[in-house]
Amino acid sequence: MSEYCAYTLRVNGRDREVSDGWLGESLLWVLRERLDLPGAKNACEQGECGSCSVLVDGSLVCACLVLAASAVGRDIVTVEGIAGAIDGSDAVLSDVQEAFLTEGAVQCGFCTPGLIMAVHDLLDRVPLPTDLEVREAISGNLCRCTGYGRIMEAVWTTVRLRQVGGQAR
Amino acid sequence: MVNSGTGLSIVTDPSVVSASGRGVIGESVRRPDGTPKVQGRFAFSSDLWAEGMLWGATVRSPHPSARIRSIDLSGAWQIPGVRAVVTYDDVPGNKMFGLEHADQPVFAHDVVRFHGEPIAAVAADHPDTARRAMEAIVVDYEILTPLVDPEIAIAEGTPPIHPDGNLFRRLVIRRGDMSVSGDVVVEGTYEVGMQDQAPLGTESGLAVPDDDGGIDLWISTQWLHADQAQVAASLALPEAKVRLHLAGVGGAFGAREDCSLQIHICLLALQTGRPVKMVYSREESFFGHVHRHPARMWYRHHATRDGRIVKVEGRFVFDGGAYASTSSAVLANATCFSTGPYKVPAVDLLGLAARTNNLPCGAMRGFGAVQTCFGHEAQMDKLATTLGIDPIELRLLNAMQTGDSCITGQIVTGALPVEEVIRSCAEAPMPVLAEPVDSPMMALPGGAGRTADAAGVKRGVGFALGWKNLMFSEGFDDFSTASCHLLDGVATVKSACAEVGQGFVTLAQQIARTVLGVDDVILAPADTHIGSAGSTSASRQTWMSGGAIELACRTVRQKLLSHVGAAFGVSVDDLDIVDRRIVSRHSAKPVIDLDVADAAPGVAFSAVEEHHHAPTFRLDENGQGNAHVSFAVAAHRAVVDVDVELGLVRVVEITTSMDVGKVLNPLQLLGQVEGGTAQGIGLAVMEEILLTAGKVRNPSFTDYLIPTALDMPPVNVAQLVEVPEPGAPFGAKGAGESPTISSTPAVVAAIRNATGRELPRTPVRPHDIAL
Ligand code: FES
Ligand code: FES
Repeated sequence: MSEYCAYTLRVNGRDREVSDGWLGESLLWVLRERLDLPGAKNACEQGECGSCSVLVDGSLVCACLVLAASAVGRDIVTVEGIAGAIDGSDAVLSDVQEAFLTEGAVQCGFCTPGLIMAVHDLLDRVPLPTDLEVREAISGNLCRCTGYGRIMEAVWTTVRLRQVGGQAR
Repeated sequence: MVNSGTGLSIVTDPSVVSASGRGVIGESVRRPDGTPKVQGRFAFSSDLWAEGMLWGATVRSPHPSARIRSIDLSGAWQIPGVRAVVTYDDVPGNKMFGLEHADQPVFAHDVVRFHGEPIAAVAADHPDTARRAMEAIVVDYEILTPLVDPEIAIAEGTPPIHPDGNLFRRLVIRRGDMSVSGDVVVEGTYEVGMQDQAPLGTESGLAVPDDDGGIDLWISTQWLHADQAQVAASLALPEAKVRLHLAGVGGAFGAREDCSLQIHICLLALQTGRPVKMVYSREESFFGHVHRHPARMWYRHHATRDGRIVKVEGRFVFDGGAYASTSSAVLANATCFSTGPYKVPAVDLLGLAARTNNLPCGAMRGFGAVQTCFGHEAQMDKLATTLGIDPIELRLLNAMQTGDSCITGQIVTGALPVEEVIRSCAEAPMPVLAEPVDSPMMALPGGAGRTADAAGVKRGVGFALGWKNLMFSEGFDDFSTASCHLLDGVATVKSACAEVGQGFVTLAQQIARTVLGVDDVILAPADTHIGSAGSTSASRQTWMSGGAIELACRTVRQKLLSHVGAAFGVSVDDLDIVDRRIVSRHSAKPVIDLDVADAAPGVAFSAVEEHHHAPTFRLDENGQGNAHVSFAVAAHRAVVDVDVELGLVRVVEITTSMDVGKVLNPLQLLGQVEGGTAQGIGLAVMEEILLTAGKVRNPSFTDYLIPTALDMPPVNVAQLVEVPEPGAPFGAKGAGESPTISSTPAVVAAIRNATGRELPRTPVRPHDIAL
């Protein structure tokens, strides 16, 4: 354990200094333990559960599988920043977050941040997905509490509201 | 002092009520912790942080059975950054712990009894340092042959692997004329594999030593006070010096009823004088908590030619693994509910729970009833086939109702709408489902593997009925404590009830609003500064802690009304709270109509109450007695597609009906129904911890599969049967467990229906179908 280094990550639109990071640390670890952003979760740390999902340059990734130092110069968005990141609004909640609340998609909430990110990613790419497309898109996000029924409902609510309301938030 | 630096709050936003209405009982009120959860601001136990915090790690045995010759810690101490290493010798108090019996060492010292048993724990500046220290500890093992077969474990002459012996419990239930024989007899042996609760949040916690020699522990648990008692005993501290605080819990399902790292991190914190945090990895989590008991069950059902059950014989062997945990209570449930909610005049049943060198088993959602439901429902289908009677008719013919006797001799006095549950589920219109040949590849068995040939896919339908007790049984003095404080229309309620995701926090607010006529209900943190709330298990918290909150609020309401009555010269009996207002009843004079919030400015009203349920009793030597408080019934009807050649299954649709007493929060109830059903589907087709000679082969989400959104069909709720339960707050029955019980046998029955195979074992594996 030797290589300590300093680098800067751009997270939720802000530059964040990592002063004494060890090179072997994952993006998930650095977000959670060095940058006070514990929103991304750590249910497996081997790419199987999606609880750590974040956006890196607009792509959905498992933060547990990305070395933090390799994300230098990229645009990282976490659940803490998703409401504001979409259009720079100062909204407290994004439409997906709001739908998760109204539809009862949250129980223990451990899977929730990852699912919020995955649903945003899907609906930004595919505004009118089929049932199977939604299921496939979130099949990398394990939820042990809900059986996914209310999560699916939250997706449909978001889709519906985006159709009547125009754009995403 | 303890936070993650981001203003995280584990309690919550009292202002968010239901989208419409007042947020009282019966409404789909939003969770008060929902907003921080969707924002990533909710502090789970793994998110906590404290100044000067160290990281803990646990050394575990790679062998299921071994003698420890020596432990060399010197390698760990040589690593810079290592601050503490603790073993059995460092435990100052009780070196054994356990939820029902303290038969498990805090750390193994002379022998190891299961794969992954803790040997030592270390604390270091960085988790990677702690992990390296762990690997630098050298344990010299004499490897022994593990005892892994529960039948052998309890056979005459097998040497005990623990001073307490190899038998956790032997339970006989005998009733009626055991010499009778049926016109028709069906027999079968069934097996259930070991299921993992797999809560998404792994075990984690933060222990912070205090200057007074005591300790504060922030922990994700199901039962703060049970943890407190065990930690205090092992640390040799008075309980008052061991203060537990509920940290955010990432699901539980039984996995957090026993201690995992609680004692270990407190020891490390006291040794170093610094806060210590520990977070299990997913792999470690598979070793770090108890599991659902694997079971082997033999049944013989006797019936008349017209389908009436006259006797059931059975022998059930539950593998409890290395330590007792709750094996005894699990076995009692399994055996008491082993014949289903059917009228059975005679039984001759034997339940056995054995100690082996497999992973310890204990609580998991459904708690014993899951295993025997798989058996009794397979038997009911077999009986129907043998008799040539429709399986639903057979169940209706034998269905229990209120006033009937259980096989334990207990008369059911509460609601037991078995017939309504069966009928509404079985007769629910079948949703329109695409035929396999018309389905995209992704929606066929095998899914993303795109292996199935649609033309060869067979569809099957299966039905199952299950039941279970609510709350603790067999004479346990089960209670919960709650307090309520009311000032100027703002109520603060407190309970040590562990919110694990189920939504107790929402219900607590709904109850307080309903009773007190207030809008603002603040939930004080759950900790051991108040009396025990008991465990978040056995579908008991809505009844027990909900009941305690209701009692505390009712006392406060009475005090408020007395105060107002005295001020206006009106008897308290003439006052009532309707919505948000205190009003005089019927013709009482003077006419009072006051807002609750303005009724007593600056005057505070408080109460602390304990809620006990009706007493229960131990079972006698024939397994007879009023051992249970209340019962709940549920049914599932499943539709599956099976690729018979490859043995792949896809659950296409599942319909359910459930006996719920009263719906308190429709949205949350639906979440319990869907989530519980998903865990039952998991046990039917994919979830099993695989052990070879006591060694776990699949401790990861790569190899232990839980249902994804692609595996999970929509859940169609045919009916929530509302027959109010006497004695239960608002008439509501606990709803956490019933959805998990009948879903597994319904899915397996559907696979039998599609394949014609007997399938006596769950989970059903591809080779069970295809070979
Ligand atoms: S924690 Fe990254 S996928 Fe599970
Ligand atoms: S809400 Fe608990 S894991 Fe999804």
